[in-house]
Amino acid sequence: MFENIFGIHEQALLLHGQRVGILATNLANADTPNYKARDIDFSAVLAHSDAAPLPLSMTQASHIAITDSATSSVDLKYRNPYQASLDGNTVEMPVEQAAFSENNVRYQASLGFINGKIAELSLAIHGQ
Amino acid sequence: MSLFNVFNTAGSALNAETIRLNTTASNLANAESVNGDPSKIYRARHPVFQTMMDNSATSFDQQDAGVGVRVLGVVESTAPPLMRYQPDNPSANKDGYVYSSNVNSIEEMTNMISANRTFATNVEAINTARDLLLKTISMGH
Repeated sequence: MFENIFGIHEQALLLHGQRVGILATNLANADTPNYKARDIDFSAVLAHSDAAPLPLSMTQASHIAITDSATSSVDLKYRNPYQASLDGNTVEMPVEQAAFSENNVRYQASLGFINGKIAELSLAIHGQ
Repeated sequence: MSLFNVFNTAGSALNAETIRLNTTASNLANAESVNGDPSKIYRARHPVFQTMMDNSATSFDQQDAGVGVRVLGVVESTAPPLMRYQPDNPSANKDGYVYSSNVNSIEEMTNMISANRTFATNVEAINTARDLLLKTISMGH
């Protein structure tokens, strides 16, 4: 019953947390020559993390068992700049700031849904 | 958890931008310094930024996908010094010329604004990460 109590928000919260770090790296390197801005394709990663990986059949002792990290690694993508700058840097401050605040709102939304679920369960437990 | 990395990442950027502001202040302070010998003039200094990112990390769930920025070094401008005829200047050479530093004040001012903006953005990133972490800690209350 409690296995998937928070639904998609459990994974979404983790992913949004990781995306904060990626976007913060872009912001930190806004003036670094030849730095290429990176991001993740959020919906693709979330769809990937939701689906259980297909198991590989191991017919010999020398076969390597599949691990979580091997299946859940989704590539960091490079952002396409609207206008390339002369020093090879592809960080566009407004784009990154917009993505950062959007991610911030989404993180808090997921957190809100989880908090709501906790309150709901707490109400059911205490009965008041 | 990656949210904690934001403090390291943005913190390194604050440090790098501070160095950039320091060189700008140094350049502006010495913008009008003169010398009779062109090889002894003050030359504009500019920091060179380098990302500390591990480029081998291609997956976002690798902890070290990005760890910020550092100052690789400080380079001196090779722009030619400005030559002025000031025979009454105590540091003038025997022909009456002084050489002033090759600092471009306008360039320094724009550099200062850019450093200022990036600094503020990174402070904002730290504040956001802190707010998110605090809200996550108080989850369920």
